[in-house]
Amino acid sequence: METVMSVNEPVVNEPTSLVMPRRRVIGAYLEEARSECLRYMRAPGFMLPIMLFPGMFYLLFGVFMAKSEGADAARYLLASYGVFGVMSPGLFGFGVSLALERDGGLLTFKRALPMPPGAYLLGKMLMAMAAAAVVILLLLVMALTLGHVTLNLAQAGALLLTGMLGVLPFCALGMFVGTLIKGQGAPGMLQLIYLPMSFMSGLWMPLPLLPKFLQQIAPVWPSYHLDRLALAAVGLDQQPLLPHVLVLIGFAAGFLLLAARRLRRNG
Amino acid sequence: MPHTPDPITRDPIARLDGVVKRYGRLTALDGADLRLQRGELLALLGPNGAGKTTAIGLLLGLIRADAGTVELFGQDPQRIEARRRIGVMLQNAELPPTLRVGELLRLTASYYPAPRTLAETAELAGVSDLLKRPYAKLSGGQQRRVQFALALCGRPELLFLDEPTVGMDIEARQKLWAAIRQLLAEGCSVLLTTHYLEEAEALADRVCVMTHGRMIHEGTVEALRARVALKRIRCLSTLSIDTVRGWPEVSEVRRDNERLHITAAEAEVVVRRLLVADLQLRELEVQRAGLAEAFTELTRDADEASDTDQREAA
Repeated sequence: METVMSVNEPVVNEPTSLVMPRRRVIGAYLEEARSECLRYMRAPGFMLPIMLFPGMFYLLFGVFMAKSEGADAARYLLASYGVFGVMSPGLFGFGVSLALERDGGLLTFKRALPMPPGAYLLGKMLMAMAAAAVVILLLLVMALTLGHVTLNLAQAGALLLTGMLGVLPFCALGMFVGTLIKGQGAPGMLQLIYLPMSFMSGLWMPLPLLPKFLQQIAPVWPSYHLDRLALAAVGLDQQPLLPHVLVLIGFAAGFLLLAARRLRRNG
Repeated sequence: MPHTPDPITRDPIARLDGVVKRYGRLTALDGADLRLQRGELLALLGPNGAGKTTAIGLLLGLIRADAGTVELFGQDPQRIEARRRIGVMLQNAELPPTLRVGELLRLTASYYPAPRTLAETAELAGVSDLLKRPYAKLSGGQQRRVQFALALCGRPELLFLDEPTVGMDIEARQKLWAAIRQLLAEGCSVLLTTHYLEEAEALADRVCVMTHGRMIHEGTVEALRARVALKRIRCLSTLSIDTVRGWPEVSEVRRDNERLHITAAEAEVVVRRLLVADLQLRELEVQRAGLAEAFTELTRDADEASDTDQREAA
């Protein structure tokens, strides 16, 4: 399958071995995504906090403390903590890894290699989606067994899909922060975004319980819009979904463009 | 139809032509010229801050020149088609720690149109016994070998090796040199930067010496050495340093226990004097100065020249 070309021969035409068949280009994208997933699924320092925090919060507030409030509370918190859990692989998986790889020289090395354009970002995106799926599945299992929440298959599937696609705007935000800060400063900065934003979007306690001012500015946060979608997925919100979807797409596109511009300029 | 491929093959496969690169007020490259021919190993030498890393970065398409031409296989290095023909080993690249060596090789090979098989790459770079190990568990020297394997896995026509043997012990270094020679024998070209002059001496067809963002010498290792006329003389002698230092032909002398180390332009004259002055003299050795002395002298001259320029400008 491999053509060995003798380099001593005069190279008049482009040697056939230099043409990259489309099959191999697609293969390169797949390899990149596979490596990125393998690499983070094997890193307990990355996976454990991502799974433990939403898992523990849900167990505490959604399962034990919501017992008196009925199954609807457990259902409501499944959506909210699901969104809370989905945000972190986006923000940290993308932002922290980009910041570290810019610092450690891996990004420079990859840019020097003939890696297909976008494979690096696509690989990280798929990794974040896979991690988001793991978090949602974990919460679903807890909700259905310990929380006595009843969901039909379509609702569970809708929540999973919301989580996997909903991670993307946070990937874009994480990527932007990763281009601003190099190295070890990024995790702290991302925590400063992650925790207040979760709180102010009503992910920890329902929005109506928050001060009036926070309720009014909640639509500023992408996590608020993702929460509306997640609530609709589990059957708790009947409002139209399209505005929220559009806001999230706009948010993702905006930060992606900003980050791409910074990456091109500063590497 | 008769074909004359000569001019095509003689085209350099990597070229810098009057390249200027500034970082703010600092001029990293100031009219740099470089030509790399097919099949040769060119060593790029120079003190820290001479502009070697910038030159490599331009040829890899990592940065853009402010002026001048940068070409890789006659193309802009930022084109992926040009980079599919190169292999890269950078000075510091922290590879994903949890991936196994075999997985890293498989990933990097997937970027190339006709890569080597995993077994062939591993054999050439001497990492066959490491394939199943996570990258983070390797020693520094083993990690360098893996990085070398990543550089050659795509069956490149041109290999960029930036300080490849830093952190390697002597045996590992010799093995890497052997692998580089094998690649050269297969027709691969290499652009090498190194701090170890013996490495350039052992491997290079040509050396290119840089300081202050310019190439100050380009030629064979022999030609570079010949630019420095100095010879090294060593012997066991009871003569005092002061006596020898008094001789006009001697440019430098030091004593290391019983052994005298003399540097002189005209070794024959000094040797004659030595033999006359000390009848008990033993273990006489005369050597041409190595690349290290030539390099030091060249860069010192360039430093002095640039100092004079600055004084004149002031």
